[in-house]
Amino acid sequence: MNKRQLLVIGNGMVGQRFLEELVELEHDFEVTVFCEESRPAYDRVQLSAWFSGATADDLALGSVEFFEQHGISFLCSEAVVAIDRGARVVTGSNGTQYSYDALVLATGSYPFVPPIEGSDREACHVYRTIDDLVAIKASADTSRRGVVVGGGLLGLEAAKALKDLGLETHVIEFAPRLMAMQLDASGGEMLRSKISALGVTVHTGKATQRIEDGSSHRHRLVFAEGELETDLVLFSAGIRPRDQLARECGLEIGERGGVVVDNQCRTSDPAIFAIGEVALWQNRIYGLVAPGYDMARKLAAQLCGDLTAAFTGADMSTKLKLLGVEVGSIGMAQGGAPEYRVCSIEDAGSGVYKKLVLSEDGKRLVGAVLVGDTSDYDALLQYVLNALELPESPISLIAPASGEKPMLGVDALPASAQICSCNNVSKGEICSAISAGCTTIGALKKETRASSTCGGCATLVKQVLDAELKSQGIEINNDLCEHFAYTRQGLYHLVRVHGIRSFAELLSQHGHGKGCDICKPAVASILASCWNDYVLDPRHVGLQDTNDNFLANLQKDGSYSVVPRVPGGEITPTKLLVLAQVAQKYDLYTKITGGQRIDLFGARVDQLPAIWRDLVDAGFESGHAYGKSLRTVKSCVGSSWCRYGVQDSVSMAIYVEERYRGLRSPHKLKMAVSGCTRECAEAQSKDVGIIATEQGWNLYVCGNGGMRPRHAELFASDLDDQTLIRYIDRLLMFYIQTADRLQRTSVWRDNMEGGLAYLQDVIINDVLGIADELESQMQSVIDTYVCEWKRTIEDPVALKRFRPFLNDDQPDEQIVYVRERGQKRPARADEKSPADVLETV
Amino acid sequence: MQNSTQWVEIGALDDLIPGTGAAVRVEGKQIAVFRTDDGLFALDNRDPFSDANVLSRGLTGDIAGRLVVASPVYKQHFCLKTGECLEDDQQKVQSYPVVERDGRVFVAAVGEA
Ligand code: SRM
Ligand SMILES: Cc1cc2nc3c(=O)[nH]c(=O)nc-3n(C[C@H](O)[C@H](O)[C@H](O)COP(=O)(O)OP(=O)(O)OC[C@H]3O[C@@H](n4cnc5c(N)ncnc54)[C@H](O)[C@@H]3O)c2cc1C
Ligand code: SF4
Ligand code: FES
Repeated sequence: MNKRQLLVIGNGMVGQRFLEELVELEHDFEVTVFCEESRPAYDRVQLSAWFSGATADDLALGSVEFFEQHGISFLCSEAVVAIDRGARVVTGSNGTQYSYDALVLATGSYPFVPPIEGSDREACHVYRTIDDLVAIKASADTSRRGVVVGGGLLGLEAAKALKDLGLETHVIEFAPRLMAMQLDASGGEMLRSKISALGVTVHTGKATQRIEDGSSHRHRLVFAEGELETDLVLFSAGIRPRDQLARECGLEIGERGGVVVDNQCRTSDPAIFAIGEVALWQNRIYGLVAPGYDMARKLAAQLCGDLTAAFTGADMSTKLKLLGVEVGSIGMAQGGAPEYRVCSIEDAGSGVYKKLVLSEDGKRLVGAVLVGDTSDYDALLQYVLNALELPESPISLIAPASGEKPMLGVDALPASAQICSCNNVSKGEICSAISAGCTTIGALKKETRASSTCGGCATLVKQVLDAELKSQGIEINNDLCEHFAYTRQGLYHLVRVHGIRSFAELLSQHGHGKGCDICKPAVASILASCWNDYVLDPRHVGLQDTNDNFLANLQKDGSYSVVPRVPGGEITPTKLLVLAQVAQKYDLYTKITGGQRIDLFGARVDQLPAIWRDLVDAGFESGHAYGKSLRTVKSCVGSSWCRYGVQDSVSMAIYVEERYRGLRSPHKLKMAVSGCTRECAEAQSKDVGIIATEQGWNLYVCGNGGMRPRHAELFASDLDDQTLIRYIDRLLMFYIQTADRLQRTSVWRDNMEGGLAYLQDVIINDVLGIADELESQMQSVIDTYVCEWKRTIEDPVALKRFRPFLNDDQPDEQIVYVRERGQKRPARADEKSPADVLETV
Repeated sequence: MQNSTQWVEIGALDDLIPGTGAAVRVEGKQIAVFRTDDGLFALDNRDPFSDANVLSRGLTGDIAGRLVVASPVYKQHFCLKTGECLEDDQQKVQSYPVVERDGRVFVAAVGEA
């Protein structure tokens, strides 16, 4: 028996997702796909990433292997030009005919170009495909100014691209405000002022009438009132469904375009279906990918016999970052019906605008607008989607972070609550996957697809996982890894109490298996904190994490960076000169870091010893930029020079940096010392922050920059030098003893039962009676400090590992550099073709 | 197949610190050789996720019973025996035969698929 023929027209995001859903099910179709573009489906949502270096491969969703593996015929660069419904035959652009039993239209949409005279001039573009981007980039190379016509979501994204390409950027919007579809008037205004502040000029209420030759730029745009010259024009004035084929073969089409479909995604011909941006469902076109994915899933299920599968509409809420400004729009953002009640806050200072649209009785949320800060988005969306009852005073949900915000616990969500909107995964589905054994985020992602597209729901998914594990009585496993049934703290005590000096010893007495890249570095760090042995000792070298392994930071191309210590950021001109000479001698990319020192990049592993020999000879030491250990102690210039300084912050910073250099800890440690309350060293964002007072020093602890910033807390005031140092000794050693692997002091402190008061009790009041022990353990680490690089360049055994190859001294020929702004940088893959290589090291 | 294998001597066993890897060049190929308690293993030195030649600098160990090396760049695990990637079954590196004779180590640059 012949298999039934299924033809899919279009291999865009939705067409591809349809195929992926289909092959997951038992189906008996012979599938053929027409792909008009010159490459299989790619991620259009992330299209702009192409400008920041993502390649077409990075964006790829479909692949030739996928089609081969599933026996799908993939016709690349072949469009369908006609459908004969009577004969059930389509004609491809090269004339071949294909018959079908079922036909899926997934032709998406095209960018609408307003009928303006001159819109087809050179350097006038749209923003939809990778080919469009290639063309835009080429035009940008010969342009100084670019104009985006259209101030909607895509227009602003396009504006960002033009800005990143270095053009003076303007946005022209016909409507009186930006993002008219999603935002209300105040939100649009706030967005406009934020975007203007970023250097993009916004013109609203302007209708372009024609484009003609410019005098100082390539084109002149002529408006009803006024004109603007530009070299490049990008149209982003909305999208139109690609319904041409459907029109020509007589399928029912909506008044304003789009192929009419029912809940089964079926068109007016029962053998033809439409999904994605070409489909018109209940008179709506969804210009987002998530509803298209939902259609794809439902249609695949239906074609495989699940007659209950139906598309029943989708939520159009969105959260995004436009030109660095966070914007969110949920549900009935515009308010609309007069019976809705509205409350909002607006802070022009910080550029934050938030609005809630409430139901008539004020009990439910029906919509929201967020500009400048979308941290409340997830919670608000859940209130809308699940019609949850609002707290007493709804405004508290969007109040500034200082106020007490009622927390929306994931427990409050019903099983039907949608957690991942990209992939339509409900809380219930996540919970059943957890019951079925998916107890890690990775496993959940694989099983349910939750959080695998935009990632916006990751926090929520994790919360559901944790809550569910807890409620199902599944113990949250705190074992370090499969080789040790202990926490890091447990292992620390075993090492300390039993005087264990090597991984092999610890593994044979308290673990099983051979170890892995989790436990080996963790144990190496514990051994170093306790005994401070040389980390490249043959007993320890195989345990060290990547960077410790070669005492340098690994870069994306396999080369390393070199960071000498510059205590407190103070450096003599002579030493500065040495850094310059070393950088020149080895041709290293040189950059001033955020930690007040200098990073030299692009050293091959075989060059590291020679570079460090030069540096050590000039009096430099390892900066431990590679270690989970003390990084830098930042300082301000302090009382020696500054007219406000009340203490010598530089001397204190150097003292502290030299005291704790080389101290291995659960995660990296950063400190800073400021000479007065103006706090120029930003000590309140550090693990240990010291701020001078008239009487001495204020000590702040457990601050963090990075991914989850946390202000440090005032721990003790007006300390003299000795007390200050004593407290820091104790605090750091207590952290080293009790923290989890890779836990910064901020998270350690947040998880500490009893909070700051308990920590003060242990460190200041010594309620555990361990203060002396902590101090003496710290003293022994300080007493045994040696510069690892000084030691390494004198150790022939350790040096052996820095050879490029065991059997060959020719360096890796695939490390290739190009020049940019007078320095080298790693060549990107597309630059590695021989013609472009300016230099091979 | 076995007969045509070209073994290339790459150095002494003692040059490899137990529990670590080292890069070698065999017939123009960059190969990572690992010395573990379970013997010697050889894989491509190129990490397919970063395109950098660094696998020899990864940490070795075992995950759910399989001997692995973790890429030092983005930390995916590769089976030391087969070169398969544990996190992504679309990715694989080549593994190569490696033996020790009288304290010397030999690698053959023929792929063991
Ligand atoms: C070089 C530098 C950026 C720069 O060009 O200025 C840098 C570069 C790196 N940082 Fe950083 N960070 C640098 C200052 C910072 C700062 C600012 C500071 O220290 O004042 C922060 C925020 C402050 C903080 O940590 O609290 C910072 C927060 C991070 C984080 C996030 C940590 C967190 O707790 O959220 C990571 C990732 C991690 O550690 O897991 C990171 C990781 C990295 C790594 C190691 C990423 C990696 O694994 O390859 C980068 C490699 C360094 C290299 O190859 O030499 N870097 N990084 C800065 C080096 C400072 C120095 O002299 O040592
Ligand atoms: C720059 C940009 C940013 C975006 N950002 C977001 C976002 O943040 N969030 C979001 O949800 N959505 C976003 N979108 C929208 C999202 O990309 C679309 O919703 C999604 O791609 C629609 O998928 P589709 O398969 O229906 O259409 P498409 O992805 O356009 O695919 C249709 C394909 O069919 C092909 N085709 C058309 N006619 C034929 C024919 N006759 N024969 C053969 N092939 C044909 C086309 O060439 C095309 O490849 C963005 C879009 C763009 C352009
Ligand atoms: S922020 Fe830090 S970690 Fe991220 S790319 Fe820059 S240097 Fe690397
Ligand atoms: S919401 Fe985008 S991945 Fe879940």
